[in-house]
Amino acid sequence: MKMTLILTTALTSMSFAASAQEVTVMSWGGAYTKSQVEAYHKPFTAETGITINSVDSDNPATPIKAQVEAGNVTVDVADVEYSDAIRLCDEGLLEEIDASMLPAAPDGMSAADDFIEGAITDCAVANIVWSTVMAYNTESVDGTPTTIADFFDLEKFPGKRGLRKSAKATLEMALMADGVAAGDVYAAMETDEGIDRAFAKLDTIKDDIVWWEAGAQPPQLLADGEVAMSTAYNGRIFNAAVGEGQPFEIVWDGQILDFDLFVVPKGAPNKEAAMQFISFSTDTQRLADQASWISYGPARKSSGALVGKYSDGITDMAPHMPTAAANLSNALVNNFDFWADRDAELNERFNAWLAS
Amino acid sequence: MTDAVADPISSARGQAQLTTADGIPLKTALAIAQSKARRRAFLLVLPLLAFVLITFVAPIGQMLYRSVHNPAFSDNAPALAVWFEANPTGTEPDEAAYEALVSDLRAMRENKTQGVAGTRINYDLAGSRSLFTSTARKSAKMEPPFKEAVLDADEDWADPQLWQVMRTASSAYTANFYLAALDRTRDENGNIVRVNENRRLYVGNFIKTMLLSALITGCCLVLGYPIAHLLATLPLRHSNLLMIFVLLPFWTSLLVRTTSWIVLLQSQGVVNDTLVAVGVVADESRIQMIYNQTGTIVAMVHILLPFMVLPLYSVMRPINPSYVRAARSLGATSWTAFRRIYVPQTVPGMGAGGLLVFILAVGYYITPALVGGASGQLISNFIAFHMQKSLNWSLAAALAALLLACILLLYWLYDRLIGIDNLKLG
Repeated sequence: MKMTLILTTALTSMSFAASAQEVTVMSWGGAYTKSQVEAYHKPFTAETGITINSVDSDNPATPIKAQVEAGNVTVDVADVEYSDAIRLCDEGLLEEIDASMLPAAPDGMSAADDFIEGAITDCAVANIVWSTVMAYNTESVDGTPTTIADFFDLEKFPGKRGLRKSAKATLEMALMADGVAAGDVYAAMETDEGIDRAFAKLDTIKDDIVWWEAGAQPPQLLADGEVAMSTAYNGRIFNAAVGEGQPFEIVWDGQILDFDLFVVPKGAPNKEAAMQFISFSTDTQRLADQASWISYGPARKSSGALVGKYSDGITDMAPHMPTAAANLSNALVNNFDFWADRDAELNERFNAWLAS
Repeated sequence: MTDAVADPISSARGQAQLTTADGIPLKTALAIAQSKARRRAFLLVLPLLAFVLITFVAPIGQMLYRSVHNPAFSDNAPALAVWFEANPTGTEPDEAAYEALVSDLRAMRENKTQGVAGTRINYDLAGSRSLFTSTARKSAKMEPPFKEAVLDADEDWADPQLWQVMRTASSAYTANFYLAALDRTRDENGNIVRVNENRRLYVGNFIKTMLLSALITGCCLVLGYPIAHLLATLPLRHSNLLMIFVLLPFWTSLLVRTTSWIVLLQSQGVVNDTLVAVGVVADESRIQMIYNQTGTIVAMVHILLPFMVLPLYSVMRPINPSYVRAARSLGATSWTAFRRIYVPQTVPGMGAGGLLVFILAVGYYITPALVGGASGQLISNFIAFHMQKSLNWSLAAALAALLLACILLLYWLYDRLIGIDNLKLG
């Protein structure tokens, strides 16, 4: 009887291969999904025989919320941003992940110590460190921009600027360009004066900004010559520059670091296999492997030494990592607590500023 | 059924009862037959009715219900709700209030709902979400007096506005999302005030959406009227060919048409390149025609044009040309004949096309999102923002409900001014 029930449920749930031998993984698309397919999905399937159904979304946090609230969860593992991982976990929309199931580092160091601080939370395990950086097209910029302040200097470096249409990261960059040290940025943003200051700085280039929303847009805007400089996700710029030979350069000054984390939505149909996938994918070797497909830093310290060459076999990946020592001289780590609290308010103000 | 019983009034009048062959009064027999037909008709439309109810009315109704009903806080703070019930607005929160707060926070910690409750309060008072999550974490270890313990954990709990917000949120039914959608909020005494100037967003955008849609409708009318007239007056052989030119873009994917405008209008695009090559514009001062309001208007006019041309054409086609000829032969100039004879006959088409284009434009989302940049965003883009990014579905529902109300109001106005019977869609 119970078997019949399970069978009918499986049949009506409209999933085409409704067996436990499949895990649905939702990610962000483009070069990023490809790196995960190569480094995680293929070896996982080869080792366990469990097939992986890879789906993409503009922001996997949104479909997860909708699916869990509607009680119709089809995704087993999703790749989300830090603030969303915290928020969804607080709202009880995610399964808890037992950190003790994660494999230890090759030298025996426990996973809890091996991961970068903050990379493991109650409901999420980080796989990469990515960063929002400024990048420019060497063909449309005369000279060499070296600091984030140059992004806002239209006299020295004329041309349009691409910025993500969101308060997050944009306000931080404006403050850093205005001379606020990375360590003081969030303290400044707690005050109204700090926010006013950020908007005043943005006002100086407002007429020359082209706003982007999807991560694939900045490389396109730079390649078309539509903008001279743009903020972008560092991995996208790397892939365009090294993978496709575009004349793009990254300025690491003022970069904003962030994690991407794996989470399991509450009520995921293949929870067991999902946990197995997460534990497999976030081991030392797998994280290091991903870094040879896209220039995002592994979330484990022990993976750093194993990061080799890019898939072209020539380019050393280590200096392209956001976490490389040379790139960290003026870097900011995204403060998820601040944004979980102030996201709505600041985006309202940001949108009002855009429309004015 | 009182089949055979004779109608007392008609028998009193002494009139002969009209009956069918089997003796049933004709009136009753007719009623039976008609109700059968009605039942059959109802059964025939039942699948459609059920489909509409299940897939359209129910989800929309449920979504709109969220705009006035948000139990995220009230469900998780029962003790506080009791305290608010017992103490009127303006009461200083006392030890009992803080005790209720701590007991609710402990329950939230247990059920992992501090984020849900905090997010609800955060909608009305930014910065309070982390207050809930961090204090809930510490709540287990708190000991009386609770007021001191809570204020020790975070002194922001003393904020009177926070208590006012929790008071309004302790009832699941609230008008606050409509207030937020109208750039209004409540101060610490519960009075409705406008939000800080730099956060006023939605009212201005509603007005902008209406004005832009009106402008787009106007452009479509000006461009579409001559086309429809030409189509209606040409011999069928030619007009069919021209009709294909109108319909072909209509059948092309919306995204393709929108992105081709990007290709044409961007600053390194076809139009700008041509202007620079001809020498009209200098290379450094290329015209910004896309990623702003202009881009939204141009692309939307192009996309919505067929919705204007088709109703106009269907009205113009059957207009008898002899009316205009008669007016001309009676001495009217061609302009007068056009203005006083031809145009009045096309009003139903203009009304239908105008209403169709306007209502579509008001709710347009994807085109402004792609080519609107910062200044060309319409209200539906903000609805999408709250659905997808900020995940504040209650505010999205309130905005959507206001948009719907605006459209119904305009529809009513249209009915009063022009008359909805005077509408011809084809």
